Amino acid sequence: MVKKEKNRITVALTGNPNVGKTTLFNNLTGSNQHIGNWPGVTVEKKEGSRSFKGYDLKVVDLPGAYSLTAHSLDEVISRNFLVDENPDVVVDIVDASNLERNLYLSLQLLEMGVNLVIALNMMDVAKSRGYHIDAGQLSRLLGVPVVPLVASRNQGIDELLETITCVAEGKIHIDRLKFSYGHEMDEEIAKLESAITAGALSQKYTSEWLALKLLEEDEEIVKKFEELKPDGEKVLVVKNNSLAQLARIHRNAAGIVIADARYGFISGLMKDVLKKPAAEKVSISDRIDRIVLNNWLGIPIFAAILFGLFQLIFNLSLPLLNWINGGFGRLSESAAGIAPDWLGSLIADGFIGGVGTVISFVPIISLLYLGLAILEYSGYLTRAAFVMDRLMHRIGLHGRSVVPLVLGLGCSVPAIMAARTIENPKDRLVTIMVTPLISCGARLPIYVLLAGAFFTAYQGLVIFSMYFLGIFLAILFAWLFRKKLIRGESGHFVMELPAYHMPTIRSVLIYTWLHTKAFLRRAGTIIFIAVMLFWLLDYSGVIEPIGRAIAPIFSPAGFGQWQAASALIFGVLAKEVVIGAFGTMFAVGDGALGEAISTQLGWTPLAALAFMAMCLIYIPCVATITTIKRETNSWKWTGFVIGYTLLLAWAVAVLIYQIGSLFIA
Amino acid sequence: MKSMSTTPLSSVSSGKQVHIVSIEAGWGLQRRLTDMGLTPGLKITVIRSQKSGSVVLDVRGSRLALGRGISHKIMVRTPDN
Repeated sequence: MVKKEKNRITVALTGNPNVGKTTLFNNLTGSNQHIGNWPGVTVEKKEGSRSFKGYDLKVVDLPGAYSLTAHSLDEVISRNFLVDENPDVVVDIVDASNLERNLYLSLQLLEMGVNLVIALNMMDVAKSRGYHIDAGQLSRLLGVPVVPLVASRNQGIDELLETITCVAEGKIHIDRLKFSYGHEMDEEIAKLESAITAGALSQKYTSEWLALKLLEEDEEIVKKFEELKPDGEKVLVVKNNSLAQLARIHRNAAGIVIADARYGFISGLMKDVLKKPAAEKVSISDRIDRIVLNNWLGIPIFAAILFGLFQLIFNLSLPLLNWINGGFGRLSESAAGIAPDWLGSLIADGFIGGVGTVISFVPIISLLYLGLAILEYSGYLTRAAFVMDRLMHRIGLHGRSVVPLVLGLGCSVPAIMAARTIENPKDRLVTIMVTPLISCGARLPIYVLLAGAFFTAYQGLVIFSMYFLGIFLAILFAWLFRKKLIRGESGHFVMELPAYHMPTIRSVLIYTWLHTKAFLRRAGTIIFIAVMLFWLLDYSGVIEPIGRAIAPIFSPAGFGQWQAASALIFGVLAKEVVIGAFGTMFAVGDGALGEAISTQLGWTPLAALAFMAMCLIYIPCVATITTIKRETNSWKWTGFVIGYTLLLAWAVAVLIYQIGSLFIA
Repeated sequence: MKSMSTTPLSSVSSGKQVHIVSIEAGWGLQRRLTDMGLTPGLKITVIRSQKSGSVVLDVRGSRLALGRGISHKIMVRTPDN
């Protein structure tokens, strides 16, 4: 039944969250991947390719999902892709150590009638727990190929590829699984099926699936029928009669009865397929959780992990940073001699002073992402969300808000996108509004430079204080917004705690590389253009009067020089540009830049501290603003974020400088 | 006569096995819990019970964490012998 153009096979990867889907995707495609967005939404879409036995495999990574209902965007995306793109093969990755719950999604995929292959991943974990899984029996009972895998060790990948091609070639035929939802339910499904008949919708969907979804009161499908006049309305009348009929028999809603039937079928399956040891020993994961989730230790452990992570990042990357800077410094000196004058200046000040400075932060950025990858992939981040839930609740947020806030340490853009896992719209909006206050990787270069120049002995502490300030303000303002602006109950906390596992080196490196690449691309495009534009305006003398006009506003904060004001204006394009702009104005590389700022601007350490706070808080960068607009779909809230961060930044900078001056004087 | 009284899940202590009697929640939340394996009638084990009322459960072999807001709404029965 499958028709392919020119040996091309489209493979969709699906599965519950935390089943090793990313690892498998990486193993299948290597670094041959492309990250984009699903049309119209900001959910990340990953695609990759792979050739196997003369076939060109296009692998699409669908968002992790527990189910295929219509109430979460991720699930709708998966569902629509399966229907609209009709992939040749759908690989459902199933956690062998958590088979029962995972098969719930597989069953729904079978209901849709896709060409399913089950990849039974984490066989090693299942084995270590003493589980015995009869994959052959599972395959026979479900009527689909089942391939055991250990994706983290690259075992079973060839077998999986082999199976995928066999299914695509039609050598393995997959029948739609038949099982009973209970006598009464089956009857109503049959009634609805005949009412649906051959309409516009049946071209894409089987009428059986449509009937099932109608009884589950699936909003999307119901809407499709509402739009289908007049036939659709007739079907909906039949649906309502069926639901009324079922309500007389069952205590629970039809959707729950259907779900129960699926779980019942799976429980039956488990008896034939899975053998567990009589007495299950407490797993390592549960033992770790006894400590990590402890009432008293949970939050201190979370704080210690974050602190330790940052210590590690700085201690490892500072020597590298200095080494790169030395190189750029020498390069800049020799470039300054190039004639004509303007060209020398362009290369030395604009290119090396500006862009080079930004690039020298690559080690620190990649280490930061390395740390975040480990936190995320090990399974710890969900624990952090759980232990923080109570505290977060108190400030009016949701435990899940912790995930965007931690990711915000890397970059606000993916962090704000990650806020979409928060279901309550108010919790989500407030999380988005305060995420830019969390100090991201782009602001780090500013601290490193200024702390190095003004606080030699205490630079680590000063940098950490900026992070602390950001976190403190984010919590404070979340609480304020929730109290005064966006009131209402916050959402419920439901989250799976996946078993801890060692992230594979490969996955961590790919994550780090993809994000570092994004940083380099930014350095090559927006930062490059911004710095070059800045150089041009500076060289032609346009920037100075603008800077001078604005500068007095910042006098009470101790940095009322036109250079500081000019750098801040351009820093909105990307915060790294602040450093690049200084590099351009003082015509020096990063090595001597701190000293130049200190001598030429005459800043005191206090002014430098106030300036750091300013850079931390004021207006998020353009990329973040765009993301906020896209995610909130509101200019009003986007404008609000720009406004409050600017005012807050100014106020905090002035407070630091004025109060600090009192103490020093 | 065996006790048939139901209690909210939040008041069950760690290590206990209970049967879910009902989930007193709106359609959306009920749906979500169902998708994650939690259905009325199911036998679950309370792995951890925090003093705040939030819980970690063993649901069909997976670990499910619920905030106190939900654990108050799930009514359970302890199977006595």
